[in-house]
Amino acid sequence: MTTRRIAVITSGLSQPSSTRLLADRLADATARQLATLGIDAEVEILELRDTAQDVVNNLMTGFPSPKLEKAIETVTGADALIAVTPVFTTSYSGLFKSFIDVLDPQSLTDMPVLIGATGGSERHSLALDYAMRPLFTYLHAVVVPTSVYAASSDWGSTGDGVAAALPDRIDRAARELANLAAESDRSSRVVDPFALPAGFSPVGGYGAQ
Amino acid sequence: MQFGIFTVGDVTTDPTNDSTPTEHQRIKAILTIAQKVEEVGMEVFALGEHHNPPFVPSSPTTMLGYIAAKTERLILSTATTLITTNDPVKIAEDYAMLQHVADGRVDLMMGRGNTGPVYPWFGKDIRDGIPLAIENYALLQRLWREDFVNWEGKFRSPLQGFQSTPRPLDGVAPFVWHGSIRSPEIAEQAAYYGDGFFANNIFWPKEHYMRLISYYRQRFEHYGHGKAEEAIVGLGGQAFMAKNSQDAVKQFRPYFDNAPVYGHGPTMEDFTEQTPLTVGSPQQVIDRYAGMREHYGDYQRQLFLMDHAGLPLKTVLEQLDILGEEVIPVLRKEFAKNRPANVPDGPTHEALVAKRDAALVASVPEPVEAAVAN
Repeated sequence: MTTRRIAVITSGLSQPSSTRLLADRLADATARQLATLGIDAEVEILELRDTAQDVVNNLMTGFPSPKLEKAIETVTGADALIAVTPVFTTSYSGLFKSFIDVLDPQSLTDMPVLIGATGGSERHSLALDYAMRPLFTYLHAVVVPTSVYAASSDWGSTGDGVAAALPDRIDRAARELANLAAESDRSSRVVDPFALPAGFSPVGGYGAQ
Repeated sequence: MQFGIFTVGDVTTDPTNDSTPTEHQRIKAILTIAQKVEEVGMEVFALGEHHNPPFVPSSPTTMLGYIAAKTERLILSTATTLITTNDPVKIAEDYAMLQHVADGRVDLMMGRGNTGPVYPWFGKDIRDGIPLAIENYALLQRLWREDFVNWEGKFRSPLQGFQSTPRPLDGVAPFVWHGSIRSPEIAEQAAYYGDGFFANNIFWPKEHYMRLISYYRQRFEHYGHGKAEEAIVGLGGQAFMAKNSQDAVKQFRPYFDNAPVYGHGPTMEDFTEQTPLTVGSPQQVIDRYAGMREHYGDYQRQLFLMDHAGLPLKTVLEQLDILGEEVIPVLRKEFAKNRPANVPDGPTHEALVAKRDAALVASVPEPVEAAVAN
């Protein structure tokens, strides 16, 4: 049976956290969907609050601590990524963005990503589409069409005429991610940090001979 | 093995008494420090180049020219010369002039600079950093080695029959190091020309530089300049010392906590564990730096950053005394132990002239020259 590595980042600040709860649900659903495709899922969940100090230190010094480096490698070397944040003041949390900011901007290119968010009110659900989705689009990631927002009320709701119930939204998004993850070979690719850009010449390529 | 000091020339408030030196005081302090470097028996003083506060050294050759007159043996270098925003023609002229003034006691370290706004102030774009470093250096190489240069490139006006003056002393260009924190392109460039590679080694973990240096060594061999272990490697480092290591920790902590670049970030304990910064007794510094050759192989030059973060001149001079009297003599012995005979010494003008002459006698083109002719 083949295996796919799924990295999950969640930036809830409290413990326990509803953001972590949503992340767990999305990860479980994705693993289930992969199983129906005959694929094992290796899921690694990263609570960004555990590396909060390291992320700030990286911003100040330019290099990650060994612990943060491991977390970064887990994320960038996965076959697919699930990214969940609480909505703070119309957007992703600062901790979430700070973690994204210490990643190499090229390192998520082609990464299949499922985005999710939590918030007190359903009125913030579009933050997924005007903040989270553009962020990953900028990074050349492949964001699945369905994003999952969970307001406080969603945890006790069966959906209504406008939105399907939370479990249905989770399953649909997970199916979309699983299909992309099944095709992804990122975790088996060897990344050479010393690969020179194509056409690089140590004497210059502009007639400087 | 060459030991020395490199400085970025920051004007920083002393956090223990809230006093800030004037630019004039700081510049004079740097000149004093440089002379002290020779006095305590080290070989190299290297000065950064910056065009933005809080850094004062915008004009390294002026300062190095003064230091040349005040010293006798010290090798004067830069850390780094901005090969991106400077005109390579002016670099060729300025440093050939300095080389004559200093009777050959000059080498250079090339760097790109990392502050975005500085590039446009000099009519350049930081996104062209690597292409500028490559093209400008290719021109600089030729200006020092060919009497009349016809040249056309992307970033500066063409040259027809240009002769850079003065010609390098004894017809031998200053030795060049290429400094890089993360770019394999620069390691490749250093390897191609058979130049030195300098790893700053003060900001990032050693594992990172180990990979970069090992890459440079492999490429040095690939380009036919010698075996990988014969490549010319320099390392930075930083330390703060007191007889009793707890005193060093206590005395340095406020400077660390407020230092430009890493202040208000990691704890001093984390930073010293993750990078080569060593705060403690002279013996701890000896142990840490004697271990460097295990990580990087035998190398040629070790520079320390000692005069930053608002440390007062008096403290810096005391630190240089400890370094010169207690640390470096022991490190010299350690580095000499089992050093393979084929590993070259740190580059000097005399050695480069002798090497050129030997190559002429043997009528075999010397590797650096051969590479340039390709």
